Amino acid sequence: MKLGFSPAEEAFRAECADWLQAQMAGPFKDIKGISKLTASPERRKEWEQHLGEHRWSCIGWPVEWGGRGASLAEQVIFAEEYARAGVPGRVNHIGIELAGPTILTFGTEEQKQRFLPDIAAGRTIFCQGFSEPGAGSDLASVRTKGRLENGEWVVNGQKIWTSLAHISDWIFVVTRTEEGSKGPKGLTFLMMPIDQPGIEIRGITQINGDAEFNETFFTDARCPADSLIGGVGDGWKIAMGLLAFERGVSTLGQQMAFRNELDEIIAAARANGAAKDPLIRQRIAKAEIGLRLMRYGALRMLSNTDHSKIDGAALTYKIQWATWRRGLGELAMDVLGQAGEVAAGDEYEWDTLPNLFLYSRADTIYGGTNQIQRNLIAERGLGMPREPRGDV
Amino acid sequence: MHFAFTEEQAMIAETARAFFAENATSERTRKAMAGQGIDRALWQAFCQELGLSGIAIPEELGGAGLGMVEFAIVAEAAGAQVAAIPLLGHAMAARAIAAGGTAAQQAEWLPAMLGGEVIAACSGSNSVAATGDTLTGSFQFVPHGALAQVFVLRAGAGLWIVRADAPGVSITGHTTMDQTRPLATVTLDAAQGEALADSAAALQAAHEAGWICAAAEALGGAQACLDRTVDYAKERVQFGRPIGSFQAYKHRLADMMIEIEQARSAVYWAACAVDEQSDEAGIALHAAKSFAADTMFMCAGNMIQLHGGIGFTWEHDAHLYFKRARALQTMLGSGNAHREQVATMILGEAA
Repeated sequence: MKLGFSPAEEAFRAECADWLQAQMAGPFKDIKGISKLTASPERRKEWEQHLGEHRWSCIGWPVEWGGRGASLAEQVIFAEEYARAGVPGRVNHIGIELAGPTILTFGTEEQKQRFLPDIAAGRTIFCQGFSEPGAGSDLASVRTKGRLENGEWVVNGQKIWTSLAHISDWIFVVTRTEEGSKGPKGLTFLMMPIDQPGIEIRGITQINGDAEFNETFFTDARCPADSLIGGVGDGWKIAMGLLAFERGVSTLGQQMAFRNELDEIIAAARANGAAKDPLIRQRIAKAEIGLRLMRYGALRMLSNTDHSKIDGAALTYKIQWATWRRGLGELAMDVLGQAGEVAAGDEYEWDTLPNLFLYSRADTIYGGTNQIQRNLIAERGLGMPREPRGDV
Repeated sequence: MHFAFTEEQAMIAETARAFFAENATSERTRKAMAGQGIDRALWQAFCQELGLSGIAIPEELGGAGLGMVEFAIVAEAAGAQVAAIPLLGHAMAARAIAAGGTAAQQAEWLPAMLGGEVIAACSGSNSVAATGDTLTGSFQFVPHGALAQVFVLRAGAGLWIVRADAPGVSITGHTTMDQTRPLATVTLDAAQGEALADSAAALQAAHEAGWICAAAEALGGAQACLDRTVDYAKERVQFGRPIGSFQAYKHRLADMMIEIEQARSAVYWAACAVDEQSDEAGIALHAAKSFAADTMFMCAGNMIQLHGGIGFTWEHDAHLYFKRARALQTMLGSGNAHREQVATMILGEAA
């Protein structure tokens, strides 16, 4: 067991930090510190391309596909320095962290050639089409239909909560391709170009006034026959494999964003005197401890090489960070007092901390609600009986 | 960076787990509870046969020369069985003497302590007066204090070794809620101590050992509460179903696991940080002590609730864990006190 990094790794840290800070002080100064995923989309696509040009886009990928074949420790370091430098979140995180690894693992050679270089270079932005109005927590009850017709897939139906679909180029869609099939059977995983007449995107205004999520409508939308990952009917297996990538090294970058949020709360508490309140002090200390434990939980999860056993750190990670961040939003408002309830300008737009308070209510819902997480932990982690299924 | 056990560490964990599971049985622990709060045969076997009593003591002083990670592994295994052994005071005293004692003090005490012939206890007070090496005043709530032959005691900023049989030392054992670790009052009336040469180093070493011991015991205890409750959830049937199939029950088990996983990160983060002399060691120790003790209490409380009536009986072991957890929360600084230390690190002093 060892937490420290080697001198070579520390040198790599310095290299990452220097480059990232130089970009944020120079050519991309205007996007430094942006926390909303929807702000400045065009500049952030340029940032994706800039990362790709300098091979910093997906350092964990193999060199032949635009990565650096970076070690786990190096990926940890890059993720931490990325957020520390105040670089905004990746608008192509779905492409880099989900679509790319899925294609790398399950795609054909031809698909790798077609997609990976463009994802790595920031030229192809991906979004994810899983949830539907009738398939939220019960993801397997997908109804969007796909059928093969004249050498093309033709897709009809509706997806929802497609984050950043309005600025994306491609969408991966779980479709029901076997007529009359139910649940996880009969699903196929398709990659579709978004810019076509059969796809319509409508933004969903959220409780914070922003619109990061969308409804995506498919009306005879089309893609070539070879756009599927895996085989016909393998959609569930591919989707589950993809969701496992979500618990990867990117969580450390996310944690550094949380670090910045907590630091902002600490600064606010010092400025307005809340830092002297013993109850606020306890809560800030708990938040600090929780964040540190998240880092070490993630490092345990990433260091684990024994995949024969259930990895408790991985299984509990989602509900841990989501619940922690929701609490952070509440702490932020208690520190700010009523100042947190007044917007800076005339628009219904919120600074980082009030926005955190509102946005963090989504954290305990998307990607599996806290209640679904507890079911998974009890069933997979502790061997409790599974929830009964209805047959509606 | 590799935050997982090495092969050697995994082996130590398995050895320690098997040792305590086999020997620190409920029956033996209850016998100790009815007596002086110690399973002497278990402690002898731990020190002599298993040879783990000096795991984090340097080899040249008769220990195994390993670190706090390995010590935490052992304490976790002891905590999982609520073993009635004087591990906490032993580890604090031995580490204090190893870090801050003179060569003569180390030679006099460490072999006897590591061999299990001498039981040591440890405590501190800010009201005990020291005139030279003459100490007057009381040390309260000393774990396993009534059984110790030697004490390592802090009075103000200094540390002294005091023999239990020295003139002026009187010891009163107390009936204690956690009968696996009874507390005592040690009163000194112009008793002679022998000062440790480097009290700052000794105090730091004792704190590290004490906080990690408490946190790791709590982690092991919390996991045992969850494991035993999971077993019960599978076998107990009500309304024609195993009670573990009810979502209200499952979700409470899941909540226990969520806390335990964080406590595990906390304990081994703190142990690693101490071993690697990281500048995070301070915050990690405060985090580990407060988080792990709270986790065990949450799990032990849930263990009683989720067992229903049987969990409230003397016969069931749930109360052993519940009482151990309560004791761990308070001893060596409450959770609030440790969190206030963390707050001071990031926010400055309170007033």
